[in-house]
Amino acid sequence: MTPLLEVTGLRKAYGPTLAVDGVSFSLPPGGALGLVGESGSGKTTTARMLVGLERPDSGSISVLGRPLAPAVHGRAARLARAKAVQMVYQDPYLSLDARLTIGETLDGVLRLHGHHDRSARAARVREVLAQVGLGDREAAAHPRRLSGGQRQRAAIARALAVEPAVLVLDEAVSALDVSVQAQVLNLLTDVRREAGIGLVFVSHDLAVVRYVCDEALVLWQGRPVEHRPLPELLAGPEHPYTRLLLASVPHPGWDPGGIARRRRALSELVPGERPD
Amino acid sequence: MSTATVRVGVGRMVRRLGGHGWLFRVCLGVLVVFVAVALLAPWLAPQDPTVGDFADTMAGPSAQHWLGTDQGGHDTFSALLEGARTSLLGPLGVVAFSSVGGIAVGLFSGWRGGRVDAVISRVLDVLFAFPSLLLAILAVALFGKGLGAPVLAMAVAYLPYTARLVRGLTAQEKTRPYIAAYLVQGHAPAYVAVRGLLPNIAATVLAQSTVNFGYALLDLAALSFLGLGVQPPTPDWGAMINRAQSAVLAGQPLSAVVPVMAVVVAVLAFNVVGERLGERGTR
Repeated sequence: MTPLLEVTGLRKAYGPTLAVDGVSFSLPPGGALGLVGESGSGKTTTARMLVGLERPDSGSISVLGRPLAPAVHGRAARLARAKAVQMVYQDPYLSLDARLTIGETLDGVLRLHGHHDRSARAARVREVLAQVGLGDREAAAHPRRLSGGQRQRAAIARALAVEPAVLVLDEAVSALDVSVQAQVLNLLTDVRREAGIGLVFVSHDLAVVRYVCDEALVLWQGRPVEHRPLPELLAGPEHPYTRLLLASVPHPGWDPGGIARRRRALSELVPGERPD
Repeated sequence: MSTATVRVGVGRMVRRLGGHGWLFRVCLGVLVVFVAVALLAPWLAPQDPTVGDFADTMAGPSAQHWLGTDQGGHDTFSALLEGARTSLLGPLGVVAFSSVGGIAVGLFSGWRGGRVDAVISRVLDVLFAFPSLLLAILAVALFGKGLGAPVLAMAVAYLPYTARLVRGLTAQEKTRPYIAAYLVQGHAPAYVAVRGLLPNIAATVLAQSTVNFGYALLDLAALSFLGLGVQPPTPDWGAMINRAQSAVLAGQPLSAVVPVMAVVVAVLAFNVVGERLGERGTR
């Protein structure tokens, strides 16, 4: 079976800083992968390369067996790129155009992607919004009139309107409070099951990743350190960094001081000489 | 549906404009009156200000001449009303040209970034070094007196102010995720810059243009005062002040004081309105 998304040897450097190095993974149709790591681990850079906002220095990205060109020229290529991978951003307060209502935003996406009939577009806007649990009232509202959870649903609807093969979620629930997080996570598992869209879930939070994904790729200082199915990873983390990430989730008997000590010990390791 | 949206938009705009305190409202009112006077001047002016009555020079206020006459016997009140036309039309030209040019240059520079941006920014720095008045005097020397040459020269001199503002706002706004979202959706970069980004910084740019209008009015009045701008008998506030010099020396300063007041009030009103609009834009 052709994998939905195949990434090999992705690498990106900003001057002397190596942001991402040697990231490879593949995603089966309807699969969900968690890209896990702390700030600066290269997970957001990886996500931005997947949607074409950053150009990889080397490595390749293929969607449904077709490699994505590193640079797109022309309308047809842009639209094809957009249909391959879409993205939902961390901050729902900044990722929607404040000037437009949710309905207008979605209408613009549909118009761009070749829905020329106005009433058909309006029907489709309703349909996509219903998919994320928003109604006519939200469609007529500007983003500032909506709550954080509603905005993030709208942002997901905007991505779904393109009908992408893969949806990249960059810390998509981190800015939401816990009960709203759960609603959005449920929505994402529904999207995955019903539409068969592959998810790449970028997060620092293993508890959240566990809820949505089958497997996780742990990134540390731009390099993959562990890539395993989630139950396995959670039961027996092998890499010290993964163990540290797991210990960092607040729980009864949590020891922030101990975590800080372990983090210092880990950062003293020379990057590149990964303990196995 | 579209008319309803427009109506809602206008209503919101009026409400927003009203919500700035009394000073803003007074200044906005002053500007509306000035524009109305400029538009209706030929019908409002009681006399033809280009025709002087030499039997009645440097007269004080009377029933026939509300604000008196100057040393050429021209009716000051009529000249004030008719002068509003050229005095406001000139700055309008300056602001229109410099805004369109400045937005184009600034948006391009800020959006592209990198080396193109660095080169354009240095060129703007050099343009900043030219005083607008000097540039206008140069243009008059090259193309002759009148309204056209100074307006064109000042448009060039004012362009860097708008361009620098737009460049900075663009560079800042470009990093926002909604811009990334537009690009990821498959929109062309030029479309995203003009239709996605520009409307979101338009309020602040409009404020800068309004402030520029006041300064351009002042500069053009200065040019007219020097005799390099609009030529008599066309009424113009700056030219009125120039002509009134002998009347001031003769102890009848009214024909100079009146246009000076008009310039001061107009510039003040434009500054206040522009500043308040800017505050709204950055909020």
